[in-house]
Amino acid sequence: MKEIKKCFITLLYTRKAQAVKQWMENEGFSKEGSSSSDDELVDLTGTAQDLIDDVPYLDHGSTANHSNGSWAGNAGLLDLLEEGVPGVGTYDDFNTIDWVREKSKDRDRHREISRKKKQSVLALLFSLSDAFSGWLLMLLIGLMSGALAGGIDIAAHWLTDLKEGVCLNGFWFNHENCCWDSKETTFQERDKCPQWKSWAELMVGVTEGASAYVVNYLMYVSWALLFSFLAVILVRAFAPYACGSGIPEIKTILSGFIIRGYLGKWTLVIKTITLVLAVSSGLSLGKEGPLVHVACCCANILCHLFTKYRKNEAKRREVLSAASAVGVSVAFGAPIGGVLFSLEEVSYYFPLKTLWRSFFAALVAAFTLRSINPFGNSRLVLFYVEFHTPWHFLELFPFVLLGIFGGLWGALFIRANIAWCRRRKTSRLGHYPVLEVLVVALATALLAFPNEYTRMSGSELISELFNDCSLLDSSKLCDYLPLSKVGDKGANFSQSSNGLADRPAGPGVYAAIWQLALALVFKMFITVVTFGMKVPSGLFIPSMAVGAIAGRLLGIGMEQLAYYHHDWPMFKSWCSPGADCITPGLYAMLGAAACLGGVTRMTVSLVVIMFELTGGLEYIVPLMAATMTSKWVADALGREGIYEAHIRLNGYPFLETKEEFEHKTLAMDVMRPRRSDPPLSVLTQDGMTVEEVEAMISDTSYSGFPVVVSNESQRLVGFVLRRDLVISIDNARRCQEGIVGASHILFTDHSPSQPLGGPPPLNLRSILDLSPLAVTDHTPMEITVDIFRKLGLRQCLVTQNGRLLGIITKKDILKHMAQMANRDPDSILFN
Amino acid sequence: LVLALAVSLVLALTPANSEDIRCKCICPPYKEIEGQIYNQNVSLKDCNCLHVVEPMPVEGKDVEAYCLRCECKYEERSSGTIKGTIIIYLSVLGLLLLYMVYLTLLEPILKRRLFGHSQLIQNDDDVGDQQPFANAHDVLSRSRSRPNVLNKVEHAQQRWRRQVQEQRKSVFDRHVVLS
Repeated sequence: MKEIKKCFITLLYTRKAQAVKQWMENEGFSKEGSSSSDDELVDLTGTAQDLIDDVPYLDHGSTANHSNGSWAGNAGLLDLLEEGVPGVGTYDDFNTIDWVREKSKDRDRHREISRKKKQSVLALLFSLSDAFSGWLLMLLIGLMSGALAGGIDIAAHWLTDLKEGVCLNGFWFNHENCCWDSKETTFQERDKCPQWKSWAELMVGVTEGASAYVVNYLMYVSWALLFSFLAVILVRAFAPYACGSGIPEIKTILSGFIIRGYLGKWTLVIKTITLVLAVSSGLSLGKEGPLVHVACCCANILCHLFTKYRKNEAKRREVLSAASAVGVSVAFGAPIGGVLFSLEEVSYYFPLKTLWRSFFAALVAAFTLRSINPFGNSRLVLFYVEFHTPWHFLELFPFVLLGIFGGLWGALFIRANIAWCRRRKTSRLGHYPVLEVLVVALATALLAFPNEYTRMSGSELISELFNDCSLLDSSKLCDYLPLSKVGDKGANFSQSSNGLADRPAGPGVYAAIWQLALALVFKMFITVVTFGMKVPSGLFIPSMAVGAIAGRLLGIGMEQLAYYHHDWPMFKSWCSPGADCITPGLYAMLGAAACLGGVTRMTVSLVVIMFELTGGLEYIVPLMAATMTSKWVADALGREGIYEAHIRLNGYPFLETKEEFEHKTLAMDVMRPRRSDPPLSVLTQDGMTVEEVEAMISDTSYSGFPVVVSNESQRLVGFVLRRDLVISIDNARRCQEGIVGASHILFTDHSPSQPLGGPPPLNLRSILDLSPLAVTDHTPMEITVDIFRKLGLRQCLVTQNGRLLGIITKKDILKHMAQMANRDPDSILFN
Repeated sequence: LVLALAVSLVLALTPANSEDIRCKCICPPYKEIEGQIYNQNVSLKDCNCLHVVEPMPVEGKDVEAYCLRCECKYEERSSGTIKGTIIIYLSVLGLLLLYMVYLTLLEPILKRRLFGHSQLIQNDDDVGDQQPFANAHDVLSRSRSRPNVLNKVEHAQQRWRRQVQEQRKSVFDRHVVLS
């Protein structure tokens, strides 16, 4: 009974859709009120695809009722136009979308709404709500991501401190909040207070001594193991897609690839929960990449509330671009940096409309985050620096040195990490993911505890290194000896800036230098192994930590050099004794930027993120110098950033926009079929039966077939996708009367004369794409690749003298590029 | 979405706690006096050296010089938000762990006791990539015999588990995605 009802509805839709199409053609339907001004820009984003979890073909329920604006009469027609048969127009998993088709679907929809809005007030309201829905969606995304990020921050801070002790005031307070209003903190020991008990105090009763150290050590290691174990088993049990950073896959999704479930509800929940666990377990990873993934999941889930974005894949990708800006914005508290990051790193097509939407969403997210106030100081800035000492242009030389270090480390890190990930992929190491995580967490915890600089979390380490020493600091790094002149202890203090004059280093500083050097080596090696494990892992904070340590060491070195050799010609001009010339904190900042730039190859967005993070606007020029140098050095050693390298490792079909195609091949060298292949499988417009078509579908695995006038003339009519064909034939066999194996399939407007007594024909013109793009066989590959990139094509037909010759797909192009670069063409896995 | 709603609910319900503000003054060493940190919960207008530093360690003329070096910062926090977030987080984590234990240990035992669903279980392991439609047809047609809520939940859960298994195969076993 249900089946008959479903068939009836489908039939009704198909008939109505055909009727409406006919009417539209007859009326000479013109483009009234052309698409909104937003669309006039370089808007090559096609449509957004539904990344819903369930198999769309079976999801009949959602096609019959529209969630948003379900105006039965008028707008219902709109949806009828799109879906003759439910399931047509959707994509398979691990396939590329057709941007051109999705974009034209959206244009049609928009045109329909604009045309209707003059007819009734209801329709006008509907068109207004349609235009407004984009902004409303951004608002919701910003709110949800901001709230989640605030929650993640609070939980991560608490869990990190749980490894060391517990608060008696309320177990939910972390160390800093526990001692928040305690009056027993002293200048030298700022975090001691009676309410915070370390595990040694609670279990053994002593605070100092060997037994306390051992107990603390053991508790630290066991908590770290427990957290990482929980993280990896939750990922494995509920959402295997939640592991890793997420940015390479999001880049691929934004370029048109479909990965079902990657941005789903379960992935969101598991990623949030396990991110906190992974960060708190002391592993050398950050939370920025996973926060981008979390924000994109929120965006994808919220898209289901709006029909405009749910049904259209390219529109959805616009929203996802904006959501990745939101992700970086909440990770660092850097909204503008986030927008630029989305533009530079993540997005494939970035029209100005997306820019405005991302700006708005980042703003809302930053506002939400601030109102949750996770940092407890009403400041969004993660590593606030308060020094404003000017830098001298002679310092550019050590700045460039830091840039070179950053570039070298970036290139080496990428090579090592890819080699390790490849080994994990191909050898037995990959069979034991849980064990691998546990071993790495154990090694990290064992080696990190003894050194106080590795024991603290990455962000704490970075803020300590960025901090310039003033009178108010009492940490080891600021343990300088007072200036040797006893007589003028008051006069020499430069009160105007917070900084003090350059002074010789005390014993604390020397101890800190040793510890920092060890920490640097440790972090450099452990991050290689940690990034890419089966827990959510980000890479910004560890790279910045490595750079900050290197920068600070260089800064201290320069400072001591300037103090002890102030009579050298280069220091004489600007650094007289008693003046504050070198700020090691600035060097740390630049080192962090250089290392991060070397790994990810970001430039503009990195500089903006850095000065939004630190508030140090005077230091934009050194930042740019260091970042530029690091990018040059890193590019000289290896072409790709870490995310592109991971994309290539996984074999995703990502057509790189940043590189130029420089070979002189022609389209006919790349097209299929090659000389040795069987001839091109084509369908004729009226000559094939259902049986023959089904045989062709089952014999081959192509995802689409060109349709020609006849086998002899090979003149092109259009292109039809495999999935649409399968669904339509299936549907017709079940619902339409008389369709059997011998029925003819027609792709024409009118049916040719049928022999009497034959079965009725099946007209599939509605699923035929009448405007496939075609190039001639002598088109140079540069132009073809450019066409693919700019239009987001999935396949392109090749004609010769007007006759169909072959087909080029995106996978063919990627394989060709791999071959030209002497890489293995079989590493391109998906199509 | 539920999480966001819960968080916003918590935010809305937390009363403004007067203990959640403080003025923290850090005073560096001065002459013979050691460095000290002073902490009091006063409001923003009273957050300066004279109100917060008690007892004042220097006399008369030195007070001004001492206070010039001190740096006072006003800070506020929301302990209710922190408490709410941690409790929500721990409860979600606990629920997930319980669900995982249930799925791996208890459910097979329960299923074995109630025989009727054994057909659906068998479909779990043989999901092939090649014929997604065929398999789904079978599952649908079988479950159509008993259209009630429990069956729908069961069906959704089976579908979800199949998806997770597919994902696990691609990520952990074949290392095709996310290596």
